[in-house]
Amino acid sequence: MKLSDKAEEILEALWIAVEEKKLSALDPQDFTIPLDDPAYAELTGRAMVEIRQGLVYFRPEGRIEGRTTIRRHRLAERLMMDVLNIRGEAGDYKACEFEHLLNEGVDTKVCTMLNHPTTCPHGKPIPPGECCDQARAEGDLGVVPLTEFKAGQEGEIAYIQTEDSKKMQKLMAMGVLPGNRIVLLQAFPSYIFRVGYSEFAIDSNLAKEIFIRK
Amino acid sequence: MSSNSNNPSSAKGQTESVRRVALVGNPNVGKSVLFNALTGAYVTVSNYPGTSVEVSRGTATLEGEAWQVIDTPGMYSIHTITEEERVAREILLNETPDVVLHVLDARNLERMLAMTVQLIEAELPVILVVNIMDEAERMGLKIDLELLQQRLGIPVIGAATGRNRGIDEIRSAIAGYGRQQHTRRHFPYSRLLEHDINEIVAMMSGEYILSRRSLAMLLLQQDEEIISIVRHREGEGYAVLAELAREISFKRRGSFHLNLSLERNEIAKELLQDVFVAPDKRVVTWSERLSTWSVRPLTGVPLLLVVLYFGLYQFVGVFGAGTLVDLLEGKVFEELFNPWIIGVVNNLIPWQIVQELFVGEYGIITLGFRYAVGIILPIVATFFIFFSFLEDTGYFPRLALLVDRVFKHFGMSGRAVIPMVLGFGCDTMATMVTRTLETVRERVIATVLLALAIPCSAQLGVIIALLSQAPGALAVWGVCLLLIFIVVGLLAARLLPGEAPMFYMELPPMRLPQFSNVLTKTYTRMQWYFLEILPLFVLASILLWLGKVTGFFEKAINAMTPVMAAIGLPKEAAVAFIFGFFRRDYGAAGLYDLQTKGLMDARQLTVAAVTLTLFIPCVAQFLVMKKERGWKVAGGIGLFVSLLAFGSGYLLNQLLLVTGLLA
Repeated sequence: MKLSDKAEEILEALWIAVEEKKLSALDPQDFTIPLDDPAYAELTGRAMVEIRQGLVYFRPEGRIEGRTTIRRHRLAERLMMDVLNIRGEAGDYKACEFEHLLNEGVDTKVCTMLNHPTTCPHGKPIPPGECCDQARAEGDLGVVPLTEFKAGQEGEIAYIQTEDSKKMQKLMAMGVLPGNRIVLLQAFPSYIFRVGYSEFAIDSNLAKEIFIRK
Repeated sequence: MSSNSNNPSSAKGQTESVRRVALVGNPNVGKSVLFNALTGAYVTVSNYPGTSVEVSRGTATLEGEAWQVIDTPGMYSIHTITEEERVAREILLNETPDVVLHVLDARNLERMLAMTVQLIEAELPVILVVNIMDEAERMGLKIDLELLQQRLGIPVIGAATGRNRGIDEIRSAIAGYGRQQHTRRHFPYSRLLEHDINEIVAMMSGEYILSRRSLAMLLLQQDEEIISIVRHREGEGYAVLAELAREISFKRRGSFHLNLSLERNEIAKELLQDVFVAPDKRVVTWSERLSTWSVRPLTGVPLLLVVLYFGLYQFVGVFGAGTLVDLLEGKVFEELFNPWIIGVVNNLIPWQIVQELFVGEYGIITLGFRYAVGIILPIVATFFIFFSFLEDTGYFPRLALLVDRVFKHFGMSGRAVIPMVLGFGCDTMATMVTRTLETVRERVIATVLLALAIPCSAQLGVIIALLSQAPGALAVWGVCLLLIFIVVGLLAARLLPGEAPMFYMELPPMRLPQFSNVLTKTYTRMQWYFLEILPLFVLASILLWLGKVTGFFEKAINAMTPVMAAIGLPKEAAVAFIFGFFRRDYGAAGLYDLQTKGLMDARQLTVAAVTLTLFIPCVAQFLVMKKERGWKVAGGIGLFVSLLAFGSGYLLNQLLLVTGLLA
């Protein structure tokens, strides 16, 4: 049976406290839902958390549930921003409502649609789901950043992944286009590669953003 | 020459009968060489209005008609990203050239043809110059230019401008442009893109220089300048058009740029089917081998040392600052010219005070002119020959990638090595070149280091000559400067806010420079340098003369005596520092005079040399700093550098006294 919205929010807060802030438990006094809320009873009743001396601790099942809950939340945030273009507080608020709908496989579909994002709009990691692992295992195994190449290796440019669209356009103008053959000539002190009959030198920060298929 | 106005019609109104040809293309495809070959001596280099980008203009007479030739900054695409590219496009938009010469590198035809396609699409009067054919042939590439010309529907000329091949054909193609009928080709994109383009084009009604088709694509790329031009021209109809463009680019925002680039790449590939035939096996030329050696740390560093030793030390230092200076300053000026001119002036002008102005101790001719021509000229000339030669070999980008990792510690990318090396020639010119660096932070750091720890060639030459007489002095001086460069660089990288710089650079092929080109470059640089320094030297002489006549000079020397004493120098050394205020090299030359008179020992010379090298940049450099960085930053750097110079001088003097090194 589906958990209540409040119970999911408690799980999320507990997951952030334990996994990201490295605390051992969640103190409900620091949180918007007070300890006398029935949602806590709902969670203890399902053996997801336990409450000792007013602090909330994970039980193994709850930890797994917490992880998927936080995943749904951050996927919802991505959805709000990338697809629906709702930003700022409005986006956060809508994401909070939306996340509760992302269960029973809907999260997998959203995740695939968003191309298995790894971070939420606030830069926090999205715990990968099975779909992400599978996608990586299937098609994209051969795709590595240029930094993983050895001097002399040759491959095909798969894609460029960069936040900075100007930089990407510059790279494309230089001939770093998906589908073109690329040869890494040297990896130290700078990366030197050849596309066509031209040679380019870039630093490792840029080399990390060019992905190559062997 | 250039029009300051943004209104193309007013620019057009001014043009008499002079026709214009603009050279466009990627960087490193030989545009400047072609420009020099077409124009000849009368070239003006000026900043494009409102920018810091330089544009060269010259004139050429083609088949009896006068043409203006414009060398635009390098551009990769008609959709502009950098300031250089924007200026290049502005020239196409505002100055409506009668012919646009697209120069590209034969070896990279496929990559660079994408821009030719864009220019043809824009319905500009394009002639394609496929340059560097010699190198392409050496690599075994076969290029069917005739077929390419048919397919593109524009004149196509093969050339090797570095070897003077194809220049005549280019000349007659420019002069005869439009005489021959070419059928312009239309390059179709995918159905979807065509649909979007046509939708936009159908809504446009204004008159433009670029074709509507081309503008539509730029609108979809959300090119801001193009948006504002279209807004201006379309008037009321713009709102609907903008809405549609926004809608489409929003719909395609995920990969519009990428898809467009891919489609253009595809068009280029189709155009080159059977035109461009590469050999099965890559031919490795000697230049590629040399290139490999120059970029591997194990061979690259020794090669760099060899270049510095022979280029900088032997050629500039020993030959320029030694042999040539001795000849010019020692023989020509001291023995022949000065005695003669002193006689002439003294005979012509009876008043002693006016005699002094021209031929006295600080006279315009005996000091200003002698320094400029006798000492500075040979050193700077040899340096610029060295620099221009190295520049034309394509070595600098390789040096940049070699030092990138090290330079990152100083908050700069490897790109900054070019202004740094140029600084050894002239810090003023180098400060100007810092604008090629990408971030403001990088520019500021480079400016500080240039002002502080990079001695210019004239200064360097004089100081090497001075210190090489005392064993160890040169080493102490060198270590001091290197330490300060490193410490200040490291601190600047930590303290200055801002992002770490990015490094990316195209490596042009290494090639043997063409002698005439090196000379042309050296000549243009010398011309700039001389126009810059000679007035300053004359002005300095006049001020020094005034100072001497009024007694102010004496007072200034007295005022500086405690400072000189603090760093252990005789009070006469103050003269060199006052000179140094006008020009760094002037100061060093002043020091040279002191040493000839036997006023300083090895320790004092070393301290003076270090302090003077670090000391505030000369007036010219300071003015350029102000121009490039603004008053606040320039003033701050000036103050910091002066304090650090005397502080280091003081410390070094104490250290030398205590350790007895150089005693």
